[in-house]
Amino acid sequence: MNEGTPAIIAEGLTKRFQSFTAVDRLDLRIDRGEIIGFIGPNGAGKSTTIRMLCGLLRPSAGRASVAGFDVEHEPESVREHIGYMSQKFSLYGDLTVRENLRFFGGIYRVPRQQFAERMRFAVAMAGLQGREDALVRTLAGGWKQRLALGCAILHRPPILFLDEPTSGVEPEARRRFWDLIHDLAAEGVTILVSTHYMDEAEYCNRIALIDRGRLVAMGTPGELRGHRLGGDLFEIACAPLGAAVQLLSGTPGVVEAAIFGDKLHVVLGAGGTSAADLPRLLTAHGIEARLPRPISPNLEDVFVQLVSGKQEERAAP
Amino acid sequence: MNARRLFALAYKETLQIWRDPRSLAIALLMPLMQMAMLGYGVSLDIKHVPLCVYDQENSQQSRALVDRFVSSGWFSISRTLGRQAAIRDAMDRGECIAALVIPVDFSRQLATTGSASVQAIFDATDVNTTNIALGYAEGAVAQANAQIAAQWAAAHGIKPSLVGQVDLRPSTWFNETLDSRNFIIPGVVAVILALVGAQLTSLTISREWERGTMEQLISTPVTALEVMLGKLIPYFVIGLVDAGFCLVSAVYWFGVPFRGGIGTLFTTTALFIIVVLGIGYLISVRIRSQLGASQIALLVTMLPTTLLSGYTFPIDQMPAPIQALTLVVYPRYYVTILRAIFLKGSGLTDLWVPLLGLTVYAVAIIWLAARAFRKRLD
Repeated sequence: MNEGTPAIIAEGLTKRFQSFTAVDRLDLRIDRGEIIGFIGPNGAGKSTTIRMLCGLLRPSAGRASVAGFDVEHEPESVREHIGYMSQKFSLYGDLTVRENLRFFGGIYRVPRQQFAERMRFAVAMAGLQGREDALVRTLAGGWKQRLALGCAILHRPPILFLDEPTSGVEPEARRRFWDLIHDLAAEGVTILVSTHYMDEAEYCNRIALIDRGRLVAMGTPGELRGHRLGGDLFEIACAPLGAAVQLLSGTPGVVEAAIFGDKLHVVLGAGGTSAADLPRLLTAHGIEARLPRPISPNLEDVFVQLVSGKQEERAAP
Repeated sequence: MNARRLFALAYKETLQIWRDPRSLAIALLMPLMQMAMLGYGVSLDIKHVPLCVYDQENSQQSRALVDRFVSSGWFSISRTLGRQAAIRDAMDRGECIAALVIPVDFSRQLATTGSASVQAIFDATDVNTTNIALGYAEGAVAQANAQIAAQWAAAHGIKPSLVGQVDLRPSTWFNETLDSRNFIIPGVVAVILALVGAQLTSLTISREWERGTMEQLISTPVTALEVMLGKLIPYFVIGLVDAGFCLVSAVYWFGVPFRGGIGTLFTTTALFIIVVLGIGYLISVRIRSQLGASQIALLVTMLPTTLLSGYTFPIDQMPAPIQALTLVVYPRYYVTILRAIFLKGSGLTDLWVPLLGLTVYAVAIIWLAARAFRKRLD
């Protein structure tokens, strides 16, 4: 891999399963050492994209290269340069921690003189010192995930694909996992990680928002938060929420109204309804409402906005 | 192909077999149980055919004839009857397969004319058994005839040797005692190796799909050939151990004579194991569930080995189209080879025809198996 070439390039990458298009003309350009977050709901096409980039699925159209190798025509060269953690836990449960590491060390041909050191590192990273001889199926979720990461990086791959590595892992373990990812990125490893936890997006250098197979937006968390909403964001406590969304969605000046937990997030454009008008408007329609509070948008707001914008675009003739 | 990766795969597979009760049971218990069941259970010899006797005369001569039937060990008297109608009842109740009726004037006829008739009745629902029992009955009567003729000739002052007759002196080679067990046990060994071998490898790839470990494995630079060999090598060793167990118990437990060379036995057995392991592996690659793969493995090994290999049903007695079909049934070659090695002591050069069949099979299966595995999810 040359210094200048991006770690991952995708151009018009498409995957169709019969009539269903899982990934639709995806373009990506990811530089070395970046942490890229693939964010999107379940079924958005994140896993399918990662599997194509690892050479596990054949693209229906378009092309992609990883570490400078074409994923369709040089999959073996791609595999020499990547580490992959699939969505489903995929180490051997009937083998011990040490046996799993030995196995992947052998498969990746980790030089023998370096193997002991790397295994120590992986065990320490997973926090499994003293449990090297435990069967992997007896480990709790967080340890399993960190061990899987340890196995995936035994051969020091320059590019790492992590497919929802933190799903089903408790928050503390998730935070530790992200620390490891940052350590690896600091060493120059390119990491593409998918997640459906919006809060994890903040840990990434750049985010690719994916919905229904399409790349909806890509940028740093700051960029995406900054100028995507098309207005100011307010939070308002009201009840019932459903009726409030219905009412506000048709009100001039309201760019977006969406339920967030037990409150409503409303984006107000310039001119039209002002924040001060909202409670009056709502109570006039029999909806209980408190005073709105200006908030800074999080990525979930952005995502909702982008996805609903897309839907209108598609619905338009 | 890389030796280090191959070793890593083979070692991992060995650990998994060791820790999987199901695989261990198939590898070690199944041969033991099948050897006992098939070895003891399958015999084509028919001894002690239950016989009902209705001896109307009950003379010294009539009793001597009945003794001929019994003393050979071929027949056992299950009941002595007092009337003709009882024969039907006895057969209906399954108390006898054959009935012998000796007429009331048996010894008188013999004394005056030198010949007499007896009636033998057979329950022919089981044609095979009836045919064999009929043969035994004719044998018993022939022996009695010889004696009667000799006595009759002596009584009339004729030298028995002057009575013209052709004397057949049969000599049975290779299975001198005509024990069907010697013929069947080598076939049993082939059946067991085919079943066990294909069962074991049918689980190996499907297990990785089912447990989700395959996706990780195929994301590594491992090659399809390495996966195949890494998985087959441990099972090959198990196959040889099972073969050793079966063959040793055939000789020392069931007493089948072993007249061939160990080298010939090892070479041909290794070849057969490669074929069955390859078939199981091929199924495992195609069928992604362990249950499905193991069912299909059972089907494609059980039917041809038991029905078309010549293990119990002789191939040269089958209709021509079925005989042609057996040419693609791999166990027939090994059954032929095993019988020849055990009973005739044949060497590799004598066996070149079935050996060629087996070799072609092994090469074809391994070639297909090596190409079948794709490192793709779609």
